[in-house]
Amino acid sequence: MESIFGLVGDGFAVVAADTSAVHSILVHKSNEDKIMVLDSHKLVAASGEPGDRVQFTEYIQKNVALYQFRNGIPLTTAAAANFTRGELATALRKNPYMVNILMAGFDKEAGASLYYIDYIATLHKVEKGAFGYGSYFALSLMDRHYHSGMSVEEAIDLVDKCIIEIRSRLVVAPPNFVIKIVDKDGARGYAWRESIRDAGVAAA
Amino acid sequence: MSITEYNGSALVAMVGKNCFAIASDRRLGVQLQTVATDFKRISQVHDRLFIGLSGIRGSCFGTSCTSFPVIAGLGDEDKPFICTMDSIGAKELAKDFVVAGTASESLYGACEAMFKPDMVTERSPISCTLLSLCEPEELFETVSQALLSSVDRDCLSGWGGHVFVV
Repeated sequence: MESIFGLVGDGFAVVAADTSAVHSILVHKSNEDKIMVLDSHKLVAASGEPGDRVQFTEYIQKNVALYQFRNGIPLTTAAAANFTRGELATALRKNPYMVNILMAGFDKEAGASLYYIDYIATLHKVEKGAFGYGSYFALSLMDRHYHSGMSVEEAIDLVDKCIIEIRSRLVVAPPNFVIKIVDKDGARGYAWRESIRDAGVAAA
Repeated sequence: MSITEYNGSALVAMVGKNCFAIASDRRLGVQLQTVATDFKRISQVHDRLFIGLSGIRGSCFGTSCTSFPVIAGLGDEDKPFICTMDSIGAKELAKDFVVAGTASESLYGACEAMFKPDMVTERSPISCTLLSLCEPEELFETVSQALLSSVDRDCLSGWGGHVFVV
């Protein structure tokens, strides 16, 4: 089961997601990037039904880009989160998207922020959040070790603690994770934590 | 677990003497898991009208929602007004208190026991001169204690409260 989690630090937000693409008992790939760079200063970590996950996050990404083209300025993180929630809520009673989202962003006025958006369109601004079976471990660890205004080193250390806990305590634990960060300099990948690497195809 | 118990909530509104109080808990959960402890359930419509929403937080406004509103306001001549509804709009008007949420049964009991008519929000000047302790703001205290003792018996609501007194 997919795990994503994230937290807000001092002038930045970090999100981590597992990278297993699973179908029943088979792991298709173990380097699937589930954290989308929504625009220059926003990250969307998504978990849930694979088709919906890609379809919905790409839909949000293109609409956020369209707003910027039409209006000349980008959406704030709060606006993007509320737009996402609105799309989930509208589809909920017809054709629901089974996607849980953690949206992290940095705005000049509001600073770094993290939004918890679940598949039935619950929206809440949080300091730390997590989805999936891994959330049972990640949330407890973050409750214990998180404080506001953490530095990047402290935050990554906490993220690593959560990854180690998920790997060791979850029965069908995802082996690999990707970590991405967003701050005043933009949204970018930070690191991969791999304990199983896909073997390359042998040359013929 | 039904959909109205998905997020967990506790809401109460009480009538006082030319005033009202509306209070909610602060927990936002996903069934057994607590997601946040600072969730605001009550919104201000204008300076004399508040609405609190219990039940599912994801529902869209305008279509059939599974939310149970608690409405509290001051009418003409500062006459307080409170009511609650079910998800299809059946109104329950009350002269004393209304409750909603997963803790509603506990809240009914606590409010019935603690409520008195014509509670005030200002401190009584007489008791201040005789005793070193001032009489607490009655309505605020009553609503707060009723809320806190009720949510302590409900695992889906709690983590503090927000109280508005007008």
